Amino acid sequence: MTVKIPYYPGCTLKSTAKNFEDTARLVAGIFDYELDDLYRWNCCGAVYGLSEDNVMHKVAPVRNLLRVKEVGEKRVLTLCSMCFNTLKRANYYVRKNKDKLEVINAIMYLENTTYDGSVEVIHLLELLRDEIGFSRIKKAVKKPLEGITVAAYYGCLLLRPGEIAIDNMEQPTVMEDLMEALGAKVVDLNVKTECCGAYQTVARKDIVADRTNLIVEEAHKMGADVLITSCPLCHFNLDRRQKDAKERHPDFKPMPILYFTQLMALAFGFSEDKLGFDPHYVDPRPLLKERGLL
Amino acid sequence: MAEQQVLNKNEEQKPQAKMVTVFIMGQKYEVPEGSTILNAIEYAGYQLKKGLGCREGFCGACATVYRLPGDYKLRGGLACQTVVQEGMYLAQIPFTPAQKAIYDIEEVKPDISTFQKYYPEAFRCLGCNACSKVCPQELKVMDYIQAIMRGDIELAADLSFDCIMCGLCTMRCPAEMAQYNIALLARRLYGKYMMPKPEFLYKRIEEIEQGKFEDEFKEIMSLSPEELKKRYAERDINFKIT
Ligand code: SF4
Ligand code: SF4
Ligand code: FES
Repeated sequence: MTVKIPYYPGCTLKSTAKNFEDTARLVAGIFDYELDDLYRWNCCGAVYGLSEDNVMHKVAPVRNLLRVKEVGEKRVLTLCSMCFNTLKRANYYVRKNKDKLEVINAIMYLENTTYDGSVEVIHLLELLRDEIGFSRIKKAVKKPLEGITVAAYYGCLLLRPGEIAIDNMEQPTVMEDLMEALGAKVVDLNVKTECCGAYQTVARKDIVADRTNLIVEEAHKMGADVLITSCPLCHFNLDRRQKDAKERHPDFKPMPILYFTQLMALAFGFSEDKLGFDPHYVDPRPLLKERGLL
Repeated sequence: MAEQQVLNKNEEQKPQAKMVTVFIMGQKYEVPEGSTILNAIEYAGYQLKKGLGCREGFCGACATVYRLPGDYKLRGGLACQTVVQEGMYLAQIPFTPAQKAIYDIEEVKPDISTFQKYYPEAFRCLGCNACSKVCPQELKVMDYIQAIMRGDIELAADLSFDCIMCGLCTMRCPAEMAQYNIALLARRLYGKYMMPKPEFLYKRIEEIEQGKFEDEFKEIMSLSPEELKKRYAERDINFKIT
């Protein structure tokens, strides 16, 4: 029996990170889950507003949670780390501040219902770890990822602040455990929870190029072939900004950056055309071919 | 116009017509019950040179904002379509200065990058829904902007189809965008690049140009009015378009 799980896509997953969404659907399908797009949704708010009394910036995420409640569901799945962070933190905020929740509900008076803090926000990695389980994942592998060494990069959004973390804030292992279940060799990347430079990528490319240089260089030093992430913004920075990193650091060596779902889909035997490698700046295909995985 | 005549006639017949009190730009007036805001403004003696057009709810020129007694909400409506209520406070919005990008529809691409280039402010939408609250067409204005933010041009074109460009949403938007001009770009892109092409139409044009219907047409033109009427009455109205 297929389990339909309410899914909040977010803008990026419908545009520049379509390959993340497509491969996530394939992966979920293997375990009889169907990502069921919310019938109506808006931007998550893209960055959680830090000022406690700025209620207006929390209306967008809370409205999405209301949509989940509106269709009688109790939880909502996200893929993008940014959406996960913004929605879960807004949820945490309104659960703690009932007075603010009242204000937000009052602003949303056109809606057919009010929000009450009842929805749970989960990330696909949590579903894979806690509900599906790594042993089931291991059994589903058709093409073990032997021959490649993977470094997992978490950045900040899945782990900070601690109230919304999906794993140990300082020493997360969920992506490493997942990759091991797929048969890959993993390294424990020392900079896996450091900042990618985030939105500095717009106005200060140089900062992000230097972050990318550092993170990719460390991964190379530890013997990794590829980096994985669950965040479209980290992906953009680590992949696209390799061009700028190379300009600023002539010794820079490129490395393919993948969504963890792309490697899962590969391990589950999906063909190359389903894996969404075309939009990548650093093409992972030559490496995967060389290691006999494509 | 028709409405106005009816009102005038009513006045003649019953000079004691029930009146309601409204406040037009803060000034108190007694106007006939059941008038539209537009008629009430004119009844009160204002001559509108801007802020009205078709008088039929289509042109979007007559945006009005108003409040009702005991209600904090600032409401929006079309002056030619909204009936006055007792104690209404109202003001006409003659014009909305709005950002309008200049682009060549032949040159732009039907994807999100076009909106990023010409209307980057669209991406500042907060999801507050102030726009939908005021829209006299009851459109999901926020939802069409949200659709644009994720590159779903078809959905944006669909949701904004009934927009009459009254400008009220724009006046309320904390992100300060002109939603209706952004939606216009979405509909243009959809119409030019995405809408399925009517193949049968091209086929029919070709047939016309090849003279397929010339004889039939000539024959019709030669008929007497009586004969034409007879043909019209006997025509097959369930014929299939091929
Ligand atoms: S979308 Fe805006 S401009 Fe269009 S009809 Fe509604 S309020 Fe007026
Ligand atoms: S009023 Fe502006 S910011 Fe608010 S939902 Fe509408 S478009 Fe977005
Ligand atoms: S005058 Fe045209 S819509 Fe009211």
